[in-house]
Formats: sequence, structure tokens, C-alpha cells
Amino acid sequence: MFELKNLRHAYNGSDVLNVPAWEADPGAHWLVVGPSGSGKTTLLHILAGILRPTAGAVTVAGQDIGALSPTELDRFRGQHIGIVLQRLHLVASLTVINNLLLAQYLAGLPQDRQRVNEVLANLDLGDRRGAYPHELSHGQAQRIAVARAVVNRPQLLLADEPTSNLDDQRCLQALDLLETQARACGATLVIATHDQRIKSRVSNHYPLGGQS
Amino acid sequence: MNLATISFAYLRARSLNTALNVLLLALGIATITLLLLATDQLEDRMQRDARGIDLVAGAKGSPLQVILSAIYHLDVPTGNIPLAQAKEIAKHRAVKKTIPLALGDSYRGFRIVGTNHDYVAHYDAKLAAGRLWGKPMDTVLGAEVAQRAGLSVGMKFTGAHGIAEGGTEHGDAPYEVVGVLAPSGLVLDRLVLTSVESVWLVHDEHQSADSQAKVNEEDKEITALLIQYASPLAAAILPRYINNNSTMQAASPAYETARLFSIIGVGVDVLRGFALVLVFSAGLSVFIALYNALNERRYDLAVMRTLGASRRRLMALMLFEGALLAGFGGALGLALGHVLTEALGRVLKAAQQVTVTGWSWVSAEFWLIALAFGVGVVAALLPAWRAYRTDIAQTLAQG
Repeated sequence: MFELKNLRHAYNGSDVLNVPAWEADPGAHWLVVGPSGSGKTTLLHILAGILRPTAGAVTVAGQDIGALSPTELDRFRGQHIGIVLQRLHLVASLTVINNLLLAQYLAGLPQDRQRVNEVLANLDLGDRRGAYPHELSHGQAQRIAVARAVVNRPQLLLADEPTSNLDDQRCLQALDLLETQARACGATLVIATHDQRIKSRVSNHYPLGGQS
Repeated sequence: MNLATISFAYLRARSLNTALNVLLLALGIATITLLLLATDQLEDRMQRDARGIDLVAGAKGSPLQVILSAIYHLDVPTGNIPLAQAKEIAKHRAVKKTIPLALGDSYRGFRIVGTNHDYVAHYDAKLAAGRLWGKPMDTVLGAEVAQRAGLSVGMKFTGAHGIAEGGTEHGDAPYEVVGVLAPSGLVLDRLVLTSVESVWLVHDEHQSADSQAKVNEEDKEITALLIQYASPLAAAILPRYINNNSTMQAASPAYETARLFSIIGVGVDVLRGFALVLVFSAGLSVFIALYNALNERRYDLAVMRTLGASRRRLMALMLFEGALLAGFGGALGLALGHVLTEALGRVLKAAQQVTVTGWSWVSAEFWLIALAFGVGVVAALLPAWRAYRTDIAQTLAQG
């Protein structure tokens, strides 16, 4: 589904990331594991096309994303990649439903309210569509963030530290949520984490920072 | 969901800030609108009152005063001119038409003007009731005089000496209203028209009572003579002829009103400058608001990029927000300007001055809308550029 080759990223002249080769099958679930500062977020950003690597090739869904122009890359990301950020970052000025419509609009896709309602209902959030982000509980906000990431049926779903600051029960719920939603749209799931609690739940691990 | 929805949502999320910026811009635009409307209508009104009058012959003194007293009936006359000399001028070959004016009395602050029917014809004024004056002491009232004084055809009144309110009354010489003019929006609305003979009669009776002297036709006087040229060439001959060959002086309405407006213009320029300062500070305020908002919003901008928005889209979003603020400010400003002008017009009307209305539109207002949008977009330029330059990976890595 995606393939990284001879990937290297330097920051201020020193290497922060080295990925000789990593390939993932469609629909596979992966964890990128490693301690803080091992480059997990950087790798995720490169996979998402947010950051261009210093060297190496990144192919997502058959597309060499290094060959895309900045605007094409933005469009590609919007249509094929869903991202759940660590701090969620819902747009505070927009209601829940508008946060989801925003994802469709900015990706250049038709605004499909039926799809939005379907995703919200699926996540048991149908009654919160008119709420503003500050009116939501953390769990609800996380589900909205996931909903926003999957509303365009991405082929690749990325999540950055989705379980940090969560208690044990919620930690597993969050993981379950991501896996269920990724499966629902057939997306490859990559979770960057240093959370020991979920390591045993996902079999594919890509270790960074010398950890295994 | 589109750029407008997003911009609007952001403006609503900061509604107090938005309201203040809109209000600031609106005040500036409103002030300029008011100035535009008021000066435009004033100039238009003064031009219409002076239309077709090329020259005024009056007693020596300030030429501006001659124009203000004989055409606009705002100032006191400089004095009287001999009728015989006025008749000489009327016969000059460079003169097409003359209208005599005899001033001196008033009724409740409205001037009583002794003239002939040509004066009414000159302004194309129509009668709303009655007929034009015939015998001495017949009067025709301007629309505003009739309305304010509550006079109608058939009623009698006595004039007061002097053209300001509160002069001694000519109690022994009552005028009779024989006609009322339809409103014309011109100086006629505020005048009481009668024959020149009526004015002489009122004043002769005074004099004869005082001095028993018999006034000859040759000694009769009027106040001013309105002159229309026979040809453009007359402008080169007639003023000099009048100034050199009579005790009168010639005053040109076009020249004097232009001079008057250049005097008023200083005040208008100061106000306009003040309004532009307001607009400029509104622009600055919009800039500060957008620039500060950018800090609060950098994660939003980064998130929008992850959702597929291009750099240019974010730039457009910021510019659109500036334009939206400016649009609200400009629209509110124009509306406010028209309402304020109308309010000013009503205050001025109560003070018996010129009529100003807010329910008219001048083409310069299109430039005001352009100015408002320009200010909004320029204020948004730097924030928009910063939005364009935002490094999303770095921003997201920070939090």
C-alpha cells in the first residue's frame, strides 16, 4: 500500500530519521514504536506528505508523492490520507458537522451530508452534530477527530500518539475505534506510539530509535 | 461549506472584536458619505438657484454679499441701486433678459421680494393655488412659507421692516395672499413674492409720513438686477460696462459661488481628512485583529493543510476574511452615512436652512465601497502571507 525506500531526513544537518525500507500491505495495521524524539512524528509527517524527506522515495497508493507539486500533494493528501493528530485540533469555530464537511470541502470532494451523517451515526455521535468542539468531552472529541479523518474514505489512516493521556480503559477504546474505522474503509492504519499498553494488540511493528 | 462559511464562522467566533472593527470602519465611511452627500446637494442646490443668471448688478460692496443676498437670499443686501440705471442696463445690447429685485421687508423671517413675473418664469415655478400677483400688495408665497406660516389664498398679513425676524411691523400696509407656489426645491420656496410697486408703496408711505416728500419715478430704487447675457461675449463687456458707467457693481454668481466653495472647502477637507484617518485606523485595527488571530489559529491553518487545503487556499481565506469585515463595515458605513445625512437635513430644515436629504445616491459612493474593500484586503495581506508561509510540520510538531 505504501513503500518507503532509502528514506533519510536531516534536521539542522544531523539525521533524525533513517528508514532503509518499509513496505505495508493494503489494509494492514502497523505501529511505529520508539521513545520520544526517535522521529515517530517526523515519519508520520513524511508518510502524510506534510514534510518532504531530505532523501529517499515515498510511494503511497501507487503514487510517488515526491513527484507531486505542492498543490497536487495537498489535494492528494486530502483525498487519500486521513490524519488523527495527537491534540486532535478540531476547528473550534466550526460545529461538529462543519468540521467534517470542512474535510470534504478542503479535499476538493463533493460535500456529501449523507456520508457525514453516516460516519457520525456509526461513531454514535449523531446527536452532537450541531455542537461546538468545546462542548464535547475528550472521548467525543477524539471520535470526531477520527470521523474527520475517515470521512473521505482514505486509503491510509495515520494517528499520532492517540492513546497518550488516556486511562487503560479509554486507551483500548481509542485503539479499537481506529482499527474499526480503518477496517470500515479498508484503509491501511499506521499508529505512532510509545504506549506499551497497545503494543501487544497490534502485530506489525516498525521500530525507531534502535528499539525492537 | 466554502470560504465564506469558514470566514464567517471565524468572524462570529470573535464577535466583539469583529463588531468593533466593523463599527470603526463604518464610522469613517459614514463620515465621508455624509460629506459627499451634503456637499453634493449643497453645490447642486446652489447651482440650480443660480441657473441662468449670468450676472447680478447691485450696490457697491462685497460682490459675494451681492450674490448671497440677491440670488440665495441669505445675506443682507449691500444697498440699493437707482431704477433709472437698472433700466439703462436692461437696454444694453449684450443683455438678453433682466429681472429686478426689491428687498427690504420680511414676514416671520421669510423675505418679501418685489419683482416681476419673469422671476417665477425663470425658475419654471408652478402655482399650487391661486394666481400670480396683479395689483400692489398682492403676494404669492413660496411653498415653505405658506406651510410654516399657515397662510393660504385670501389671507392677509403685514410685513416687518428689515429682512431679519423681529423688525418693526408695517402695521398700516397689509399684504394679501393671492397665490401659493408648488414646492420647487429652490430658493423660491422660502420667499414671499410681490410686485416691485408693493415694496415701494410700503416704504413710500413711511417716507411720506415722515418727510412729506414726493418721490419721483426717477428717484425710485431697487435692490439688485439679475441679468442674463445675450451671448457669451457679454461676459467680456458687461461687467466692465456696469462697473465703469454706473454707481452699481457687477457680481458673477459662477465666480462668487466658486470662491465661496473654496472657503467652505477648507472645512470640508479637514473633515474628510479626519474621516480618512478613521478609515485608516480601522484598517490598522483589522490588521491587528487578523494578525493576532493568526497566532491563535495557526493550528487550524495547519489542520486545514492536512485536510487538503493548499497554501493559496489559506491565503485566500485570510484575504476573504479581511474583505468580509470591510464589506460589513462599508455597507454599514454607507447606510449610517445616509441616515446621518437625513438626520442632519431634518435639523437644518428646522433651522430654515438649505434642504439636505439622505435618500439620494452619488456616484462617488462606489469609490467608497472600493476604498473599504481596499482597506480590508490590504490589512489582510500580511496575515495572509504568513498563513501562506506557515510550516505545517513544524506547527503540528509543536503541539
